[in-house]
Amino acid sequence: MIPWLLAAGQAVLVMLVAPLLIGLMRAVRARLEGRAGGRVLQPWRELRKQLRKEPLIPADAGAFFTAAPAVLVATSVLVAAVAPFLSTRGPLSGVADLVVVVGLLLLGAVALALAGLDTGTAFGGMGASREMIIAALVEPTLLLAVFALSTRVGSTDLGAIVAAGATRPAEVFTPASALAAAALALATLAEAGRLPVDNPATHLELTMVHEAMVLEYAGRDLALVEWAAAMRLTILLGLLANLFIPWGVATDPHPGALAVAAGVFVVKLAALGCLVAAGEVFLAKLRLFRVPELLAGSFVLGLLAVVASSVLA
Amino acid sequence: MTDQLLNLACGLFLLTAVGVLWRRELAALITLLTVQGVALAGIAVLLAVDQRHAETAGVALAVGILKIAVLPYLLRRILARVPEARETAPLVNVATSLLAAAALTLLAYAAARPLIDLAPSPTAGAAPVGIAVMLIGFFLAATRRRAISQIVGVLLIDNGIAAVAFLATGGVPLLVELGVSADLLLAVLVLQVLTTRLHAAFGGTDLDDLRELHD
Repeated sequence: MIPWLLAAGQAVLVMLVAPLLIGLMRAVRARLEGRAGGRVLQPWRELRKQLRKEPLIPADAGAFFTAAPAVLVATSVLVAAVAPFLSTRGPLSGVADLVVVVGLLLLGAVALALAGLDTGTAFGGMGASREMIIAALVEPTLLLAVFALSTRVGSTDLGAIVAAGATRPAEVFTPASALAAAALALATLAEAGRLPVDNPATHLELTMVHEAMVLEYAGRDLALVEWAAAMRLTILLGLLANLFIPWGVATDPHPGALAVAAGVFVVKLAALGCLVAAGEVFLAKLRLFRVPELLAGSFVLGLLAVVASSVLA
Repeated sequence: MTDQLLNLACGLFLLTAVGVLWRRELAALITLLTVQGVALAGIAVLLAVDQRHAETAGVALAVGILKIAVLPYLLRRILARVPEARETAPLVNVATSLLAAAALTLLAYAAARPLIDLAPSPTAGAAPVGIAVMLIGFFLAATRRRAISQIVGVLLIDNGIAAVAFLATGGVPLLVELGVSADLLLAVLVLQVLTTRLHAAFGGTDLDDLRELHD
């Protein structure tokens, strides 16, 4: 019973924190660029405003368009509930392993790409095809980078990997895990649609990737899609933080330890978010044709991490 | 501790080889080659410390001076003379060459398995890194057009051979290393003359322009 409550609490925490993380990143970026920028709470205000408006559905849209926001939110909430963010012992440990988490994230991405195609607009189709190119290159990298860590533990269960890191921190700092961290960081940026792969603040349809797929959404549906996108970023950054900085994660379901774990998790997320936002100030978006080079590079890093962790060590 | 440092040096050694395939700017290639020289000298120094062998230390010093100081200096002098700064159109595009590098690394590990089984030790276990760098060097020399990229490929091959020699046998005799280094220095000096002549004749250093030999 307690693990299920814990999973529900973790999902609620991620749902609450995700828009704040986006707000924080926008605020940091605005401050570094010398603009006033919005408040940290601004994304929450926008979500509340849009959630109260009725969704408008284009005349030619089919089932995929209506279903995509629900699928996207459902997969994100499920991953947020089972991933080892607060405690390494979830209700579904053993089932909720790496392959399932990556599969669920991919399912959400595919649902949104189908929705982009479903409306039949030129920009939606363009965004969907670009998203699929990026997803096809990113998912293997995500898998490989975490495989490099799982060879050390002997299990692809994310909870077991984080638990091993939390109990034996010396093993986290090896050349193999440095390579894996670099690969996973690049894959995270690409998967979450941040610079240099995609510009989340763009208003130019020709360069959009994620934004192009959601151009037709309005009202409640738009709010759900934006919320899910924020949750995906939070999930990926949270995994990156807990896999490579595994301190503060509770290894037993004690209330005090869980409260500390929640605090540490939020601090780690905020720190990573600030780092990403500060990095984005100095980056320009890559040309779309150069994106495969970057992702092939991160794939090679992941592969070298696997080779290094299984052969060298 | 020595094993960890050796692994780190080997990791850096392989990573710089992949970086050479990744970057297009010729100046960045030379910087990466310098870093690789540091990693190679580091491997040699670690082995010398491990075995307490004075001759290996001498070889490490010679390798360090040549790969960190002399060769990058000569390459930068060549680069300053020719106007082009980027590898614009390699025969195989960058994304594919990175995947090829991954395949070559796996090939090196698979091929070196019987070699490691002869004398299993941490240093011999890292020897495939040298073979992988050698294969990546061959790939670079075969698929790039600019004279400087090709000579960087040849230097990668030499670095790979030197790393295998260090890791698999625990150091080469000073005389052999001196001979190899002198050869290498000569190759780079010849390249310096060649690029200048190429630049004067064609206005570029694309070696594909050299279709036939003239008097």
